[in-house]
Amino acid sequence: MTKEKSNKKIDRREFLNNTFRFSLVVGIGGLGAVLAKNTLGTEMVWQLDAAKCVQCGRCATDCVLTPSAVKLIHVYDMCGYCDLCGGYFRPEAKDRSTAAENQLCPTSAIERKFIEEPFFEYHINADLCIGCAKCMKGCGSFGNGSMQIQVNHDLCVNCNECSIARVCPSDAYTRVPANDPYLFKGTSGQSMKI
Amino acid sequence: MKKQIIVILFLIFTSLQFTSVFAQQRFPKPEFESGHTQPPTLKPEARAPILEYLDIVVLLVSLSLVTWLVLKKRSRIGVLLMSIFSIAYFGFFREGCVCSVGSLQNIVLAIFNPGYHIPISVLVFFAVPLLFSLFYGRTFCAAVCPLGAIQDFFLLRPVSMKAWVQSVLGVIPYIYLGLSILYAATSTDFVICRYDPFIGIFRLNATFMMFVLGGAFLLISMFIGRPYCRFLCPYGVLLNLTSRLSKKHLTITPAACIQCRLCEDSCPFGAINKPVPAKVAEDRKTIIRRYSWMIILIPVLMFIGGWTVASFHETLAKVNPKVRLASIIHENPTILDEDTSIDIDAFRSSGKTRAELFTEAADIVSDFYLGGWISGAFLGLVFGLTLTKLTIIRYRIDYTPNKGTCFSCARCVDYCPVVKDKIEIKTLKI
Repeated sequence: MTKEKSNKKIDRREFLNNTFRFSLVVGIGGLGAVLAKNTLGTEMVWQLDAAKCVQCGRCATDCVLTPSAVKLIHVYDMCGYCDLCGGYFRPEAKDRSTAAENQLCPTSAIERKFIEEPFFEYHINADLCIGCAKCMKGCGSFGNGSMQIQVNHDLCVNCNECSIARVCPSDAYTRVPANDPYLFKGTSGQSMKI
Repeated sequence: MKKQIIVILFLIFTSLQFTSVFAQQRFPKPEFESGHTQPPTLKPEARAPILEYLDIVVLLVSLSLVTWLVLKKRSRIGVLLMSIFSIAYFGFFREGCVCSVGSLQNIVLAIFNPGYHIPISVLVFFAVPLLFSLFYGRTFCAAVCPLGAIQDFFLLRPVSMKAWVQSVLGVIPYIYLGLSILYAATSTDFVICRYDPFIGIFRLNATFMMFVLGGAFLLISMFIGRPYCRFLCPYGVLLNLTSRLSKKHLTITPAACIQCRLCEDSCPFGAINKPVPAKVAEDRKTIIRRYSWMIILIPVLMFIGGWTVASFHETLAKVNPKVRLASIIHENPTILDEDTSIDIDAFRSSGKTRAELFTEAADIVSDFYLGGWISGAFLGLVFGLTLTKLTIIRYRIDYTPNKGTCFSCARCVDYCPVVKDKIEIKTLKI
């Protein structure tokens, strides 16, 4: 009698377990299928829309990486090759030399190279750039705005939730398909692909 | 001839288009006399998408391998080697991302925000360990999860904890789960990722505080087995629940238990159920009375929990940057005319009106109110069920792993002297 009773109890427990397990498998599978429907084949990465950027400097300080994965990218097509570069020199610079005290960049990541009278070319040394956007602000205020910060995707670890996006004051960060993730700012202030 | 004209026209047309983009430049692009060509604009390429599928394959293979090692081979050494591999691949090579613990938030966000595209690897990392644990127990925790593996690796001299301490601390993951779902559902923050103590170690790159937190966890895990997994991990809550239903779970003994008590203290995580000697059955009346009390108590606890969390909804919502900005402006309306902070400046230049911001913030706060009721009620339910569970005594004869909390690390297996299919008893090498 007692043996029969205990057997019955185990069977009931097992039956309940099987029911729960089956419904959970169906549930998880169904949820996965529903969510996968608008996902398959689109790998997403973080994009910084340079047209929305207000150059607050948080990209330099809030990335999970040090130095930040956000760095300056020079859009040469937009550059005026100015001698007096608003992105290179401090506003109060005494003279137009490459002396450190004249430079706007805190890490001297911008290299100034003489091309021909009166043009100079500016290269960004990505190893030194910290993404503070100071030069972007200077170039945008006084020049063509060819210096623009972007998420460098060779460095970005593509966090679940970008820690810069969370603190970005102008909502410039969005997730976009990975095939063409760079978005620059055109001359009249609109977003622009290159 | 005609073809050439078309080509020339095409070239003119495209160059016109091209120049129109840069037409209004302050300083026109120079034409170099020295023949200097401008360098191209560099756009560094992302990681090839194929590697995302590699992650999925590695997960499936290593999970299957660990399950086989635990259930078929019953090999602790194998599990240990696999956990070292996981620390190396999912930890240091993949830098702790993508991980199943955080994937939970992506799932929640995708459910509540249809515009969010969830990466396929995140989906797989969420679902597959749960499905495995439904059938084979928490083999994912044993050696695939890099967070668990690194704590397990540091476990040196386990100290046993009192059962009541474990029960009390065991409620924390449910609170963490409720909060992280609340924050993910309102698209506010991914708290699990933000306060992941080991990701800084895996990346070898973090703020000082995160390194201190990670180091503290590793230091604690030298003496208290897997503190994060047992007393914080929100994904562990889901695995705990699914693992209780598991069809095949790790057993301490390969055959029948001989009650030798050698495995009694072998588990550093307190996950072995000890035999409970049968007592005299309780009076039917007291059982009924107790259960009716519990049935009344649980809804009351759910209500209290819901009310408590919901009354904190404004404080909870302040984590959301939009709500924070709105409340700053609301408290001090003249702040918009001053140069005070980056956020205020950015709001001013965005051209959005104050009313628009307040409406958006009010929507988010009301979401938090509703979410506070739901997560508070969930916590009340957890408290109620935990209390109920404590009043139930299940009689057991043998030493068995606790299917919910056992990580399937296979340590206890080495302590069991019974050899499968044989009567003989193996000699212990301790």
